[in-house]
Amino acid sequence: MAVKVIIPTPLRPYAGKQESVEMEAGNVREALAGLTTRFGELKKHLYSDDGRLRSFVNVYVNDEDMRYLEKEETQLRDGDIVSIVPSIAGGARK
Amino acid sequence: MASKIKVPNSPEAGNSSAALSKEEIMRYSRHLIMPEVGMDGQLKLKQAKVLCIGTGGLGAPLGLYLAAAGVGRIGLVDFDKVDLTNLQRQILFDTNDIGRPKIEAATNRLRDLNPDIQIDTFETRLTSENALDILKDYDIVVDGTDNFPTRYLVNDACVILGKPNVYGSIFRFEGQITIFAYPGGPCYRCLYPEPPPPGLVPSCAEGGVLGVLPGIVGAIQAAETLKLIIGKGESLVGRLLLFDALAMRFRELKLRKNPECPVCGEYPTITKLIDYEEFCGIRGEESASPAQAVPEISPRELKSRLDRGDDLFILDVREPHEYQICNLDGHLIPLGELSRRVNELDSSREIVAHCRSGKRSAEAVEFLRSAGFRKVLNLKGGILAWSDEVDASVPKY
Repeated sequence: MAVKVIIPTPLRPYAGKQESVEMEAGNVREALAGLTTRFGELKKHLYSDDGRLRSFVNVYVNDEDMRYLEKEETQLRDGDIVSIVPSIAGGARK
Repeated sequence: MASKIKVPNSPEAGNSSAALSKEEIMRYSRHLIMPEVGMDGQLKLKQAKVLCIGTGGLGAPLGLYLAAAGVGRIGLVDFDKVDLTNLQRQILFDTNDIGRPKIEAATNRLRDLNPDIQIDTFETRLTSENALDILKDYDIVVDGTDNFPTRYLVNDACVILGKPNVYGSIFRFEGQITIFAYPGGPCYRCLYPEPPPPGLVPSCAEGGVLGVLPGIVGAIQAAETLKLIIGKGESLVGRLLLFDALAMRFRELKLRKNPECPVCGEYPTITKLIDYEEFCGIRGEESASPAQAVPEISPRELKSRLDRGDDLFILDVREPHEYQICNLDGHLIPLGELSRRVNELDSSREIVAHCRSGKRSAEAVEFLRSAGFRKVLNLKGGILAWSDEVDASVPKY
């Protein structure tokens, strides 16, 4: 399935400074694997050492949190948008 | 879940503050002639009590709009002093305020804007010890802080006290806005159960922020706060609004309440405030990044060794745009590219790595040591310390 993965600002330096990446992927796991294959630096930012997706990184398929779908097995359809949404803390930097 | 919002407090009949003076009617006339606000809404605003945590980038537009709108009681929490780098975005302050406590400058500015409202000041860092006491008197809490420990502290305190937390956060040109801990709605931990480990996500000081971004995000927080008070419209409860100023695009994601959330779920395991520095992996003043463990060299020592003609290879691990601001004539390899460009380095030479403050270069030193480099030192305090201790002509940023 042709999908678009949106990369958030804090992770763009590790993804060739790209805002989004178009790719073929059948589910969320494949989409994220495709991304980390293309951009090796991203891997440690998305996954912890034991290979689990980090808990401060959320993944959405269109506007729905994948944790409330089928998690990384969530099927993707043509035109789906996968968003990586990490927590950011900035506000009033001292 | 775009729920219809409830009114957190309603005007009490017979209360002397439940009326507007002739001058107030004039001041708020553009509210009063709108049916969505009207006299009822303006009186709700007058009786509302809102606590703003942080008076910086987000707190500035927020405080200004809440005061201008006639929110009757505004609490301000901040412990910082105004500095020159704040003025690029913190529009509550002007150049004459540099060195003043933010809380004092903010209070003066808001009093000038609206002398009819009450401003409470808390010149302190929000902590697990004082948070419940400070928050308890307010109807709504607005989080404009800049760090993960305080974010989790504000969230947990709001859940425990049952107060809505109007949340905004920013990075470079991207913002996130929502309302957490609204009764029945999701909280921050439903979205992010845990913070990132220190050092993995760059801070605003490293990442920078477009000056107008906190203006937009803080103004959206103000709009949500005013709507909660007057009880009109659709709030951001259950919706995470993402704003990208570079693409000039808003997107919206669904936020769900996690039944297993440790603080607001069905069987909460966190029922009182905890040690948030520890929770976020931060101990003491500095973050627990490898900074303490790696071998260091002071700026003065580096200077004298360079003057002596020692063979030192200066490695700058900042970004190219930072190199343009100032540099020590070092070889530039941004930290993010170090692992794949490590072959540019000669492990037989002594290497001194530096960045702006010494944090990223500490990571670089640790990485290089793990890659087999034996003679690698971290420039203590980075280019900032070099400017302070060796060469004041090097600009600080």
